[in-house]
Amino acid sequence: MTTTVTASSGSHAEVDPGHPPTSTGLSNEKVAMWAFLGSECLLFGSLISTYLLFKGQSQPGTIGPDDVFDIPYTSVSSFVLLMSSLTMVLSLAAIQRGDHRLTRVWILTTALLGASFVAGQAYEFTVFVREGMNLRVNLFSSSFFVLTGFHGAHVTIGVLMLLSLYSLSMRGKLPTSKAETVELVGLYWHFVDVVWIVIFTLIYLIP
Amino acid sequence: MSGPTTRDEATGPVVEVPPEEGGTHHDHPGDWKYIKIALILAVITAVEVAFSYWEAVEGILAPSLIAMSILKFVMVVGYFMHLKFDSRLFRRLFVAGIALAIFCFTVMLTTFGVWSR
Repeated sequence: MTTTVTASSGSHAEVDPGHPPTSTGLSNEKVAMWAFLGSECLLFGSLISTYLLFKGQSQPGTIGPDDVFDIPYTSVSSFVLLMSSLTMVLSLAAIQRGDHRLTRVWILTTALLGASFVAGQAYEFTVFVREGMNLRVNLFSSSFFVLTGFHGAHVTIGVLMLLSLYSLSMRGKLPTSKAETVELVGLYWHFVDVVWIVIFTLIYLIP
Repeated sequence: MSGPTTRDEATGPVVEVPPEEGGTHHDHPGDWKYIKIALILAVITAVEVAFSYWEAVEGILAPSLIAMSILKFVMVVGYFMHLKFDSRLFRRLFVAGIALAIFCFTVMLTTFGVWSR
């Protein structure tokens, strides 16, 4: 067992309440979450580079990005996801202050913004399919649907985690001492947001 | 200021953990700071979209969009994910993932001649 003590106290028996009792002085859960997010960079890196590799390789005459992308619509979706990062960080700040009502308000707002993004993506996919683009039409459509579909699945998982947090908070099972749980979900949520920042630029905006 | 020390009760050694490595809880920005950052992010997004329609910047479109995207990425990770204020270990874990991804996939795209198309 490992105990963290302050050097200034001069006594090893005194445990510093500000530090988790781990050998690094850091929360194991937070270290694990950052390691997980680091590994997720490789997953999304592979999907993005596959898209970049395949987007110009489709047979001439088949559907391409210029035929289907609706930049103003996707810009609004991007804005929604960006603002959900703000509400997420505000919920963390609220629980750290001990303001549980505001924590619930911001968590629910984040979940609703995330759900709006997913709904927007589902609508976008249906429009694309109606225009003749599906997973098997060409290399561009396959890599596009796999990349944005994986991202959408991540957002959906994030929304489910946020709703779980809301439920815990409503039942009084999310005290200020468990603010790190909100922080961990927040880290995941912000990561999903930064991945979209990259996707929006590389896939939608750069011709 | 001395950082926290760690003691393994089974073996007894005391190891000093530097403040930047340990769990020293730095002050996070306040709500207004977060709102200001979100506004800056929204403005950058609007500029990105405007650039994509602006024919005058066509020659520098891709580099400028990538630069703005990196700026947004760094702001979200630094402020909203608190990487600017948290332990260096978290930064190393995350940056290692990004660096590995960029390296692997740059090699892969170069191998397939994507840049020369």
